[in-house]
Amino acid sequence: MLRPGAGLGALAAAALAVAASASAGDIPLPERRSGYDFTSRETRAMQDDDGANPGLLWVLEGEGLWKNKAGSAARSCADCHGDARASMKGVAARHPSFDAALGRPVDLEQRINACRLNQQKAPALAWESRELLALTAYVARQSRGLPVEAGADPRAQPFLDAGRAAFHRRQGQLNLACSQCHDDNWGRRLAGNVIPQAHPTGYPLYRLEWQSLGSLQRRLRNCLVGIRAEPYDYGAAELVDLELFLMWRARGMTIEAPAVRP
Amino acid sequence: MASALINLPQRARRGEFIEVKTLVSHPMETGYRRSQLGVPIPQDIIRLFICTYNGEEVFRAELHPAIAANPFIVFSTVATASGTLEFHWTGDNGFSVTESVAITVD
Repeated sequence: MLRPGAGLGALAAAALAVAASASAGDIPLPERRSGYDFTSRETRAMQDDDGANPGLLWVLEGEGLWKNKAGSAARSCADCHGDARASMKGVAARHPSFDAALGRPVDLEQRINACRLNQQKAPALAWESRELLALTAYVARQSRGLPVEAGADPRAQPFLDAGRAAFHRRQGQLNLACSQCHDDNWGRRLAGNVIPQAHPTGYPLYRLEWQSLGSLQRRLRNCLVGIRAEPYDYGAAELVDLELFLMWRARGMTIEAPAVRP
Repeated sequence: MASALINLPQRARRGEFIEVKTLVSHPMETGYRRSQLGVPIPQDIIRLFICTYNGEEVFRAELHPAIAANPFIVFSTVATASGTLEFHWTGDNGFSVTESVAITVD
């Protein structure tokens, strides 16, 4: 099930090809659907109601942390960025974004931790810690309803290409590529669950299976374990490249953070 | 830590049914799981949820290990008078959270 190298040509070709064929290539833009569409009515209702969406617990906590002075600089996020509802609008839709100093893209969690290290002079928050998830959820929430814009920066192109290659690379003991499920067989079932198209529009999101909020990296590591590959460590460049490619692949789709998924 | 979210109408007419939605942050550890090293993880759950309306108890729920993390409890009550609804969750390891929300009844 080798698929052709993606690109605009391949995209156009895929759009003309029969979508239901075994190896459909990239999903044509109008056929892209958020994971939201693949979840049950009850789960969608939970996401849509701010009184029922448990992700809001983290958003609320993040709102508190935003005003907390931290580190030896004794500065809060709000001291520099002011009201997050204005200053953080659209930020999650643009991440991972290219960091000129590092010379590579960084995701939202890394951006928050860079701010902590460089501006607040505070220790970085651990991956998947309650605090980092809360701040990320609060920032991501400000982009709700906005279109994904990540991947437009030409400086990030080599990393986007690396992410694309990873998405199409067979890995692990099951010898599966991400694309074999999420491009070629979305909408079909895997062990009773519908395979979504893997558009990361709702992260950080509340996964009922986790009984908690979690990052996109946690989800990607889960998938890697699922195909019995050795998962990359949190913060690994490979994961960020893949995040970048997935966000670019979902360009124009609507941010729904914090989403709820089964 | 923001530990509870309460949703109910700020205003209501006297005698009207109002829906109250509550969400509280808690892991609800069952006590039946083991860690990756095989060590039992001790039980840590919320045991009791009580809502009082101007001091009078209007709703009470006992919680058990099979209830998911971050329990979401929805109930309805009758808007009788302007005042305060107080919410109280108590559980293992001294867990105790209290929230209150004002309501205006015309």
